[in-house]
Amino acid sequence: MADEILQVENLVKHFPLTQGIVFKRQVGQVKAVDGVSFGLRKGETLGLVGESGCGKSTLAKLLMALERPTSGSVRFEDQDVFALSRAELRRLRRRVQMVLQDPYTSLNPRMTVGDIVGEPFAIHGDPEGGRRRRVRELLEVVGLDPDHVNRYPHQFSGGQRQRIGIARALALRPDVIICDEPVSALDVSVQAQVMNLLADLQKEFGLSYVFIAHDLAVVRHISDRVAVMYLGKIVELGDEEQIYDHPTHPYTQALLSAVPVPDPTRQGTPIVLEGDVPSPTNPPSGCRFRTRCWKARDVCATDEPLLQVRAPGGAGDGEDGGTSGSPHPSACHFADEKIVRG
Amino acid sequence: MTNTTDPAPGTPLLQVEDLRVEFRMRGSTVNAVNGLSYTLAEGETLAILGESGSGKSVSAQAVMGILDTPPAYVTGGAVRFRGTELLGLPEKKRRTYRGAHIAMIFQDALSALNPVHRVGDQIAEMLLVHRGMSRGDARKRAIELMERVRIPSAGSRANDYPHQFSGGMRQRVMIAMALALEPDVLIADEPTTALDVTVQAQIMKLLRDLQDEMAMGLILITHDLGVVADVADRIVVMYAGRVVEQAEVRELYARPAHPYTEGLLASVPRVDVRDRALTPIKGSPPNLAAIPSGCPFHPRCPRAREERCPDEVPALRDVTGTGHGSACHYAEEVLGG
Ligand SMILES: Nc1ncnc2c1ncn2[C@@H]1O[C@H](COP(=O)(O)OP(=O)(O)O)[C@@H](O)[C@H]1O
Ligand code: SF4
Ligand SMILES: [Mg+2]
Repeated sequence: MADEILQVENLVKHFPLTQGIVFKRQVGQVKAVDGVSFGLRKGETLGLVGESGCGKSTLAKLLMALERPTSGSVRFEDQDVFALSRAELRRLRRRVQMVLQDPYTSLNPRMTVGDIVGEPFAIHGDPEGGRRRRVRELLEVVGLDPDHVNRYPHQFSGGQRQRIGIARALALRPDVIICDEPVSALDVSVQAQVMNLLADLQKEFGLSYVFIAHDLAVVRHISDRVAVMYLGKIVELGDEEQIYDHPTHPYTQALLSAVPVPDPTRQGTPIVLEGDVPSPTNPPSGCRFRTRCWKARDVCATDEPLLQVRAPGGAGDGEDGGTSGSPHPSACHFADEKIVRG
Repeated sequence: MTNTTDPAPGTPLLQVEDLRVEFRMRGSTVNAVNGLSYTLAEGETLAILGESGSGKSVSAQAVMGILDTPPAYVTGGAVRFRGTELLGLPEKKRRTYRGAHIAMIFQDALSALNPVHRVGDQIAEMLLVHRGMSRGDARKRAIELMERVRIPSAGSRANDYPHQFSGGMRQRVMIAMALALEPDVLIADEPTTALDVTVQAQIMKLLRDLQDEMAMGLILITHDLGVVADVADRIVVMYAGRVVEQAEVRELYARPAHPYTEGLLASVPRVDVRDRALTPIKGSPPNLAAIPSGCPFHPRCPRAREERCPDEVPALRDVTGTGHGSACHYAEEVLGG
């Protein structure tokens, strides 16, 4: 699609699982990302939610071309990023930047804030008007005092450190920012500041975000569209309202029902899932969610449900064959809308 | 000394009064807890809500008597369990309360469990030492406890080591150990913060069920406004080591009486509401080595006024006549919206 700046197709990343210290033998593979496709539209925020270990961070690294995939492609403005030469890859890095979770560990403690924010210029060349001026400008853009350029990271609070990380990501005027849990380590009062900042910057600079987080409320707040991941796959994809108000995949429904809302008069009854997420080394056959799904039937163990828009009365039978009044892709044989929050 | 089995009628299960804790560090003193007071009734769930560094964990450790001195010093206040003051007790006496009357679970179960012992043995050890049970009885009881916290195949899993459990199951092991001596008060410090949301739902449900079964008082320490709304009867909001607001839970969410609470509620995104504008609190939580004068919240407070807030420490007072406490000079205005 023409308005998609990033296109991900059938992306797979398997890590070899080895045993033995001297002679390593491969005893299996961790299927961290296992066939993921989506497009990122210009100027939008695409949220990626899922529980720990579902492959979110591996996906982020693949999008940044920091990892090579086992198969599949990531296209940035119609260029396959894994086919780029070193020089081309360097050019790509200017346009696709990343903001990470932990402002405490992602900043070098021995560098001044000015050096941290200006570091990209050391690699990619100085900006017009000079590095110093641009660094001060960047600090101002993210709401920091430009006179603090000579301070060190430990002299800032967690929220301020996250702003430093954002300023650095903005330095080369990127088009896309991949945010991996950017507000998870922050207290709620500060988290809201950083989310508002990200939204303002998006408007001002026309940025596109992939926003990865495990917090469903945070993702709802910031995203235009949302992809829900489970064990290396996207199980449901739709705009924010479709996912939150008209979820059709049982996993999405369980996740949403489990989030306690900050209002004592509006607590729902959580769908309590039994057991833990199975190992990505040996995911269940058919539908990966079937071992924890209350709707699973025989077909779920044999046929893998594809991520697709499901027509009412499709694979499901009369009883729960109806799908959402707001059709969107769902990877469940029995996709059916259930309002869990509203 | 008061007899612990027979307190005067109306005595709270647990009462913390004007508790003060400081860390004496080289060159500075961190005032972690600065006159904290709250009570817990029999069978009640009290939430202690606050952002990181507000003194939640340190105050709980002071109640348990597990702070290391140095660097931590309890410099004032009282902790009464069914009327018995615990802070002055000699360690030998104090130890008899820990686990048997007041038990605690933590965010990080791995650090609370011994990595080199089988979990069944760790639970049994408590019973051996404190209850004088025989090895066989203690082991049987340990497995029962593991069943009670709904660990599948408890009999065989008792032989496993902590690292062999998933995060959620390990949390259950720690809960089983905390419950071994059937405490009257369970303090849960961010018990689900490190867990995924579906596992969090399992653990919160378990805690609620166990509290009902065992008629314990539960102190739930958390920074999560959703978890509090879901499970607590009453809530205490902490800021800079003090209580800034306390109320019955519905009352607090419907009518916050402190600008900090008001700010928290306006900052939190919601999974059940579309297009909600967030109004953050400006600035960041205070440095406890240099707490602002007057009202400690005043540098961040949108309602602060020059004439009182920077100089005068607001006392926690009942602002509705119904036990809704706020430590803000202008609480009535906050209540008015
Ligand atoms: N062992 C310690 N040494 C020095 N300071 C400490 C220690 N433990 C906690 N503190 C300080 O005490 C304050 C309160 O911490 P804590 O009770 O852990 O807050 P919370 O649980 O609300 O996040 C913080 O400033 C923290 O850094
Ligand atoms: S006392 Fe003043 S500064 Fe403190 S919360 Fe109230 S209005 Fe704000
Ligand atoms: Mg804590």
